[in-house]
Amino acid sequence: MTTKLFGEPVQRVEDAKLVTGTAHYLDDLGHEALGVAFVRSPHAHARVTDIDASGALEVDGLVAVYTYDDLPAADEAEGSTVADPLPLLIPHPALHAPRTGYALARDEVNHVGEPVVMVVARDRYLAEDAAERVVVSYDFRTPVVGVAAARDAANAVHDDVPDNVAAYMHQEVGDVEAAMAAAPHRLSLSLDVERSASMPMEGKGVYARWDAADGSMRVYSSTQTSTSVRAAVAARLGLPAGKVDCIAPMVGGGFGVKIMHPWPEEVLVPWAAKRLDREVKWTEDRREHFVSSAHERQQLHEIEVGFDDEGRLLALDVKFWHDNGAYTPYGIIVPIITSTQLLGPYKPGAYRCEWWSLYTNTVIVTPYRGAGRPQGVYAMERTMDAIADRLGLDRAEVRETNFIQPEEMPYDHGLTFQDGRPLIYDSGDFPASLAKLKKLADWDATLAMAEAARAEGRRVGVGLACYVEGTGVGPYEGAHVKVDTAGKVTVATGLTTQGQGHFTSFAQIAADELGVPLSDVEVVTGDTRRFGYAVGTFASRAAVMSGNAIALASRKVRAKALRIAGDALEADPGDLEIVDGHVRVKGSPTSTIPLATVAVLSNPLRYAFDEASKAATQFAVGDTSGPPVADDDEPGLEGTDYYSPVRATFANGMHVVVVETDPDTAEIHVLRYCVVHDCGPLINPLIVEGQVHGGVAQGVGGALYERMHYDENGQLLNASYMDFLMPYASEVPRIEIDHLETPSPLNPLGIKGAGEAGVIPSAAVFAAAIEDAEGFPITRMPISPSELFDLRARHAAGDLPSLHRRPTSQEKS
Amino acid sequence: MTTTDGSAAAEALHAVRLRVNGVWHEARVPARRLLSDFLRHDLRLSGTHVGCEHGVCGACTVLLDGQPVRSCLMLAVGARDHEVTTVEGLGTPDDMHPVQQAFRECHGLQCGFCTPGFLTTAAAFIEENPDPSEDEAREAVSGNLCRCTGYQNIVASVLRAAEIAREDRA
Repeated sequence: MTTKLFGEPVQRVEDAKLVTGTAHYLDDLGHEALGVAFVRSPHAHARVTDIDASGALEVDGLVAVYTYDDLPAADEAEGSTVADPLPLLIPHPALHAPRTGYALARDEVNHVGEPVVMVVARDRYLAEDAAERVVVSYDFRTPVVGVAAARDAANAVHDDVPDNVAAYMHQEVGDVEAAMAAAPHRLSLSLDVERSASMPMEGKGVYARWDAADGSMRVYSSTQTSTSVRAAVAARLGLPAGKVDCIAPMVGGGFGVKIMHPWPEEVLVPWAAKRLDREVKWTEDRREHFVSSAHERQQLHEIEVGFDDEGRLLALDVKFWHDNGAYTPYGIIVPIITSTQLLGPYKPGAYRCEWWSLYTNTVIVTPYRGAGRPQGVYAMERTMDAIADRLGLDRAEVRETNFIQPEEMPYDHGLTFQDGRPLIYDSGDFPASLAKLKKLADWDATLAMAEAARAEGRRVGVGLACYVEGTGVGPYEGAHVKVDTAGKVTVATGLTTQGQGHFTSFAQIAADELGVPLSDVEVVTGDTRRFGYAVGTFASRAAVMSGNAIALASRKVRAKALRIAGDALEADPGDLEIVDGHVRVKGSPTSTIPLATVAVLSNPLRYAFDEASKAATQFAVGDTSGPPVADDDEPGLEGTDYYSPVRATFANGMHVVVVETDPDTAEIHVLRYCVVHDCGPLINPLIVEGQVHGGVAQGVGGALYERMHYDENGQLLNASYMDFLMPYASEVPRIEIDHLETPSPLNPLGIKGAGEAGVIPSAAVFAAAIEDAEGFPITRMPISPSELFDLRARHAAGDLPSLHRRPTSQEKS
Repeated sequence: MTTTDGSAAAEALHAVRLRVNGVWHEARVPARRLLSDFLRHDLRLSGTHVGCEHGVCGACTVLLDGQPVRSCLMLAVGARDHEVTTVEGLGTPDDMHPVQQAFRECHGLQCGFCTPGFLTTAAAFIEENPDPSEDEAREAVSGNLCRCTGYQNIVASVLRAAEIAREDRA
């Protein structure tokens, strides 16, 4: 009997290669390719007045130097559009002033790191030598750095957008003014989050191979979306899409930043490969990644909330200002997500959200794991804590009061989500999740412990935060499943993999559906040669989208296998089952045929190229009354299918953290970290928990360590791993996890996404715990020990009020 | 290396001889050639990865005469006459080193990019400390960055690797 694999903690099949150094990432390919270096702007805002590349010509091994001025002429000669502005990938009616950059800067630069000159040489060392000798002259302009400066608009990033506002959006449900006025209690909060970034261990990279004889291009890219890179490269180079392939090799992490495309380099490297008729490769270095890829998170939020004596929300009025950096190629997905996912598991009463997306002279903003949700959850959960504090209620109790109840599912918020579809929660049992979390974290005992510790003069605090995460957004993913004549199964899906274990979890799904051992299934992702239709890996969508597509395609193959086997075994397909790679009559295990043979029979042959294929040749098959391949059939034991959801499915979770802060140094120590997570049925618990662990670690980094430190000139002061503090093993606490599995009614497998979950509530939960430990409000994240130290001084001086539940002796009197 | 442009001066090359994963290699390299690039692009041992190019992330860690070093901070010429062990030298898919077995068993990796540095670091560590405590295991890998795993399973993998190595010895 084949054991069911769905739900089992199966060891990953991809790991044997990964742990022995035999897997290949982008820079492990193309050792003979020409190397590329870019001259990037050292200024945040300037006009380019002159480029003198003559010094570069002296460098041994130089092949080519390109500036913007080379692009229009090349376009005219070659039918390409490389000189055009880079595409606006996700247009939106609220994005009234979209701006995108150029592959190489044209006239002006708008952030430090923007590519200005491309240098191609025999290898990267020599390309860097040549790039160093290119002299670019600039006419400086005043940079706009940070949300406050952008909002003030004393200076503009783009001359034709004088208020720096790229987008303004307003969504409202109910009458907020009236509900606010009528509310017995009101509170205002101002909350600030700084910039961070995905920061995968492998940066971006692209390697292009032009085949002049065939007129075709093969591009390897460290991307989260190979189909989109293919489409973009084909469009820019003026090539038919069928002449371009894009392959994502092993990818060393993405976390969002590799969903953006085409990066300037993804256009220029294939373009240069074609022009030079040579293999060309560019591998991003770490400093380049800091100053020329993408960041996220910076937003200022102003919240007014009206509530009743039980802490029930009556009116929620949110305004926020989002820093989108220099350009908006990825549109305004991040603030849209904040404005909708802010609501979490709660009924907000009347809700109004207005936001402005602002240009600054800094690196562009595209989704980073969580994608606007951490900010939204921070805004909402800080509001919940403030309400509890004002009313003197338990923080868990106030949340329970506001929960959407399981019997209210599906719950329609009356808003439009990031996929353009209604924000309707499909599933979840928030009271059950909270009950599980309170049990896991020993909520009451932990609160009592913290209180006892504080009574002894220690600074111990507890934080709680809840979130709901829309996952598995459309439009679709697909899969091709094929059983070959050796009985081996190949599953190809177009979305890409950056370490999420798809080679294993997708194989588990296919193996279960087809009744074959896991070892007989091989999964291919992110290779347009193998599957050409896909969207990409983002928004915790891979398992939901491709997982279901693979299940559906496998079911087609299974049905075909049973039909062919039914003919061979002279049995009704309904009486057949597939066990361990053999089709057999239920209850009659001797009446059996291997899937391998079924695959042979599925493809009528004229020639016997091996022993097995003899069974399918024209004098071997019995029935000669009809055509060998029926009118409505196709040869081969294979099938393709797609999964396209009507709307997103909503996962959720809740975290508790217990912290202790040092009374002298203000260092923040984590005593416990507990997670309850609901992503529906788990395909592979080992992998899901790994995803949660990684998310929490990024959350710890985002709450306590990581920030992009721009100075007023737009210089990123900490653009290295030495200065941008990502957590090491010594900074991440032990993570305790429990699961609730409420299935989604929206897809055949009932699953919901898990990829981003761990990171979403971190800023909120740490702010809550530190506030609880210290006794005064925390409103700006991330927070460092020195900032906490300063806040203590301000609190001691009476500049910062205490929490209502912790008045100082003066405040009491 | 050869000069392609008549006027430009090619870099001077230096002879190096070093043993990598038990095999002696001789090559002529520019003085500035990093050991990491030499291993990856000249010897095509691309299992060693480069994450930050300045010695912070530890992805490029290899063993130099058995001791962990950051190959992005060393020049190839500096490894002359030394013995280098990369992740490829620890074990193969069919004959894995205990650290490789343990990382697979404990789901100690996700994207796998940082993993070679953790494996070489852990391999040297369990040689030195065959029966570490959890705190010691955590400390041992606290100079390597991982962006995927949150380190939970990496620490577990180091402990498990030590256990496998002890079993193998017994």
